[in-house]
Amino acid sequence: MIIAVASGKGGTGKTLVATSLALSLANRIPVQLLDCDVEEPNAYIFLNPSFNHKETVSIPIPQLDEKKCTYCGNCAEVCVYNAIAVFPKHVLIFPELCHGCGACSYLCPEDALFEINKETGILETGQAKGIELIHGELTIGEAMAPPVIKEVKRHISREKLTIIDVAPGTSCPVVETVKGSDFCLLVTEPTPFGLNDLALAVDMVSKLNIPYGVIINRDGVGDSKVEEYCRKEGIPILLRIPLDIEIARLYSRGVTLVEGIPQWQEAFLRLYNDIEQIAHQTKG
Amino acid sequence: MMKEIVVISGKGGTGKTTIVASLAVLVKSKVMVDCDVDAADLFLLLQPVTQERQEFWSGYKAVIDKDKCTQCGLCQDLCRFDAINDFQVDIISCEGCGFCYRVCPEEAITMQENLSGSWFTSDTRYGPLVHARLGIAQENSGKLVSMVRQQAKSIAEKQEVDYILSDGPPGIGCPVISSISGVNLAVIVTEPTLSGIHDLDRAISVCQHFNVPVIVCINKYDLNEDNSHQIDNYCYSQRIEVASKIPFDNVVTEALVQGLPVVEYSNNSVTQQIKKLWLSIIGLLENK
Repeated sequence: MIIAVASGKGGTGKTLVATSLALSLANRIPVQLLDCDVEEPNAYIFLNPSFNHKETVSIPIPQLDEKKCTYCGNCAEVCVYNAIAVFPKHVLIFPELCHGCGACSYLCPEDALFEINKETGILETGQAKGIELIHGELTIGEAMAPPVIKEVKRHISREKLTIIDVAPGTSCPVVETVKGSDFCLLVTEPTPFGLNDLALAVDMVSKLNIPYGVIINRDGVGDSKVEEYCRKEGIPILLRIPLDIEIARLYSRGVTLVEGIPQWQEAFLRLYNDIEQIAHQTKG
Repeated sequence: MMKEIVVISGKGGTGKTTIVASLAVLVKSKVMVDCDVDAADLFLLLQPVTQERQEFWSGYKAVIDKDKCTQCGLCQDLCRFDAINDFQVDIISCEGCGFCYRVCPEEAITMQENLSGSWFTSDTRYGPLVHARLGIAQENSGKLVSMVRQQAKSIAEKQEVDYILSDGPPGIGCPVISSISGVNLAVIVTEPTLSGIHDLDRAISVCQHFNVPVIVCINKYDLNEDNSHQIDNYCYSQRIEVASKIPFDNVVTEALVQGLPVVEYSNNSVTQQIKKLWLSIIGLLENK
């Protein structure tokens, strides 16, 4: 089963939930944690893994063979990302705009464009506290997260429980991450910001047709509108984590909730049971 | 000379919007812009009255004409984004490159322009606000960010205001790069957690990569004073000013629930620290 932990709003506790859920189950079933928040991957901070494998993630970008080029301009016309400009005796390639679609080199009538790999991120895998961790990281200055996310997701093993730590938001990197999951946990907080962004996230998972449930973090702060919204929409609230300075302090030191306060393991096991049930019902 | 200031954070949920909304109260002559087009929240505190709504058409999606398609499979083989399966386009994966459209021997594929969101020009009691809503699963958040920034700039020029205050997105990718490029100053809001420190480091690196000056604000600094101290030392080593340290206080959430910028709701140390932040921002901009 694949469980994505998403949120809409940032900083609501996705990593806290993903790491504690993974650790709670680690001595019962094989678990892997995928950190797909490749712009700001944080799960490793809490898990202290020993990475034993590292690879670079790259996209193919065009390179010009000037001897063959006739400056016909076909490549510039083909490229919808404006990553190539052709002048009478000169070609400019802008790698930061290139999506690596390959159209320019394939369609060049002179075969004057070939592709080289441009590194856009790294991927590391390792073991931590009984969990397999797959960590993706976008290179500073690179704009496009999806190629790195896709590489991380290639490591999904169907023999294991896969828990995915997702980036905040609802745009393309998030959807790229969440699609294909069997269940999506939406972590929110009971504030107007939390509610607004939860509704966006609900819209996203509904469009993807993935069963989902809500976790309210910092329960007790703010107001009851998230709760009312969930009741009205018939969305299950699967877990509440109270606003507690002790929990916040543990988090600040990079200590997972279930390691800092072991009594929480039971709640996460119950959460997993509930998820299994809902996912099963939806399939059935 | 008008100055553009963007508030970013790397890590989400550190308090960007709270700070921008408060600066909106403190700064007299400005236009506000919400560059977090993916999960825009600033409007919740500024209660805008929309003056103008525009559709944001951007990019293309491939469409296969079933009647013309002979299922030769060339498009599926060539698509780098795995967007064509069983001779159907998965519009979520399609990046609109048009490769398939150009190679299809049957001319069975067309590229259709994509409505990816909308953007708004609004009035608030603090001044004009430009904000946007990117559609679910849409790309081109960077382009939409450029669009709202451009719009904010033209309003700012017309009204001859002194500042553009911009609420940035989390992360370090496409929309963040679009939000920070060419601004006069990036304010990075962080929190004294190991995640916050890690993400601050990456946010600073992105700003340095694009030559954007940086000032730092630590929110909830007293949650872990050792970590706050570590942030101080790190910023000192990078010659970056830590302009203010906001204490952890429920008053921030109380104000949010009331739909008010915190500096309008209370005059405690949170407000004092945000005022201090603004003084440092002016100081830094004047020295440049």
